[in-house]
Amino acid sequence: MSRVKTLQSLFKRYRRPGDIVFAWFILIVSVFLLTQLFDQTAYKNGAKMFAQPRFWPAVSLIGMTGFALFHVLGSLLSERIEGRWREVLTWIASLEYAGWFIAYAAAVPYTGYLPTTITFAVMLAFRAGYRSARALWSAVAASIVIVVLFKTVLKVNLPAGRIYEVLPDGLRQIMLTYF
Amino acid sequence: MENLIAGAEMLARWDVMMALFVGSIGGVIIGAIPGVGPAVAIAILLPATFSLDPIVGLTMLLGIYGSSMYGGAIPAVLINTPGTAVNALTSYDGYPMTKKGEAHRAVSLAYSASFFGGIFGIICLILLSPVLALIAPMFGSREIFLAALLGIILVILAHRGQIFAAGLLAMFGIFLQTVGLDAVTYTQRYTFGYSFLSSGINLIVVVLGLFALSQAFVLLTALDSSPDAKPVTGKMTAGIKELMKHKRVASVAAGFGVILGMIPGTGEFTAQFMSYTYAQKTSKNPEKFGKGSPEGLIASEAANNAVPAAAMIPLLALGIPGEALTAMMLSVFYVHNVIPGPQLFQNNIDLVYGLYFALILLNVIVMVFLLFSTNLLTKIIRVPTRFLGVMILILSFVGVYSLRNSLTDCMISAGFGVFGLILKRLNLPIVPIILGMVLGGIMEVKLRSALPRLKTPFDMIDRPITFILFAIILIVLALHIRTLVKEYRAYQPEEDHDLHDSHTR
Repeated sequence: MSRVKTLQSLFKRYRRPGDIVFAWFILIVSVFLLTQLFDQTAYKNGAKMFAQPRFWPAVSLIGMTGFALFHVLGSLLSERIEGRWREVLTWIASLEYAGWFIAYAAAVPYTGYLPTTITFAVMLAFRAGYRSARALWSAVAASIVIVVLFKTVLKVNLPAGRIYEVLPDGLRQIMLTYF
Repeated sequence: MENLIAGAEMLARWDVMMALFVGSIGGVIIGAIPGVGPAVAIAILLPATFSLDPIVGLTMLLGIYGSSMYGGAIPAVLINTPGTAVNALTSYDGYPMTKKGEAHRAVSLAYSASFFGGIFGIICLILLSPVLALIAPMFGSREIFLAALLGIILVILAHRGQIFAAGLLAMFGIFLQTVGLDAVTYTQRYTFGYSFLSSGINLIVVVLGLFALSQAFVLLTALDSSPDAKPVTGKMTAGIKELMKHKRVASVAAGFGVILGMIPGTGEFTAQFMSYTYAQKTSKNPEKFGKGSPEGLIASEAANNAVPAAAMIPLLALGIPGEALTAMMLSVFYVHNVIPGPQLFQNNIDLVYGLYFALILLNVIVMVFLLFSTNLLTKIIRVPTRFLGVMILILSFVGVYSLRNSLTDCMISAGFGVFGLILKRLNLPIVPIILGMVLGGIMEVKLRSALPRLKTPFDMIDRPITFILFAIILIVLALHIRTLVKEYRAYQPEEDHDLHDSHTR
């Protein structure tokens, strides 16, 4: 097959397994949001149509529903691609990592940025299949670098962990301020 | 002249220079690692830059933006995996050269072409500045509204073969920015009674979810791999001499980069493809394209590196971002109460010149860095992909949580992360959502402020620039319909589908 492409062919894109599931999902969401238009937006008497708070939600949702409808049609009229539900399972599997992220974010204000980051990095590395001491120590080292860079040097706005309150006086102040 | 000196003075500070070094060298490394990319890095760093001076934060982000494509060429040439999505065509000719034992030639040529493109873009930006300063004040609410509308139309039409998906995602972006309390009428829009939705959906939370977290999820749910690039031997300056033999291709490609970079919604991708096609059509050896043609490599790299400087033009002059990275930078301006647009050229011209100088310096820093450290980078890019996923997830937390210490933001971002994973796995574009959010907000504000002066709909286009913009919109739509008809009539051979795997990086 020639590897030289024309401009036209370079722009073309193709469907992947699971496209139709996504297409239906988006269409249902669009239609649902559109049906809520009158409940969820207000109409101001006397104001021009373009200045109505309802105007842009209406334009975007009508546009979204229209495009979603054509996207579904495109998927329906195309040849079926095998592996649709396997693909959906991969999407669902990613929820696990979303859960890890939320748990990490929920833990930091209590257990402190440095200890939580090290713990989560090591646990996630383990979950991702790394078992060697080198990989796990790399996770620890990388976590320390991240914490020092963002919290100690750049002083980004992150809460101090409540766990630090139990530390002895001098150390507590350092941990509360820098880690 | 005074403003030029003031601009140069802005950079003569240790913190600005430090930010420039960190941004440009960090950008090369980030660009060189397949699976990270500048969008992920900028999204993560964005909130961290809010506490810095505008020029410090902006030079750091600009450094990442302008240098990542240099780094992205390394894995594209050496292991046939573009470091960033916009290096896709570099691998087409770069990798065959590596297979022929010409890795050194390909890498040095890619650097030289990138440098040429980068500097060409900046020169155009500097030369255009007086014109911009003249034209920008002519842009009132109506003009900016129509320019933003043109941007939305172009970003949808630029996704050929996926127009419906791009359209629905752009509309979704416009919808997202309407959620919350309407700033003018103080009425709730799509909050469903939840107080956390009253303040709206934060752009950075969405950006971090769609770009950074989704990438972490993509890497963590896929099989682990470790890119293995072989070291390169030889002098890296050799490419400069060879580039001189292809001045025409390099100049035209960089020209495409500048023109398409300026037009909202198009950017590196289109510039690269157009210049590659031009180079192939005008080459004495078109059959060598895809098999290791130096012209193809030059066309691709010169075009994509000319874009960052050009993309700053609509951002600085009109406050309209043309693609996702400049959309993210726009939020840095807003946080510091520096509003890009016509007033910027009148009130903060020193900042504009400061950014120009920063762009020149970053290209020089990156070029010097790469001449000595290519082999070091080939070692860095061996980071296993799942480990990278763990790190991106940990880093994303800093970005989302440091915004306003909100767990709800983290949940929303995680939701967008899963949505981004679905889009990436389906090879659907993410950029329309971001541009929809930013340009949608601009359109709503500008249309409202234009309304008192509109008696009839025709008043919308009764000024020269509005009329030109309206005519361009009509021409763009007409050309698109014409191409569709031509495509329908023409025979299409089967193509390489993997080429379009462009949204996964």
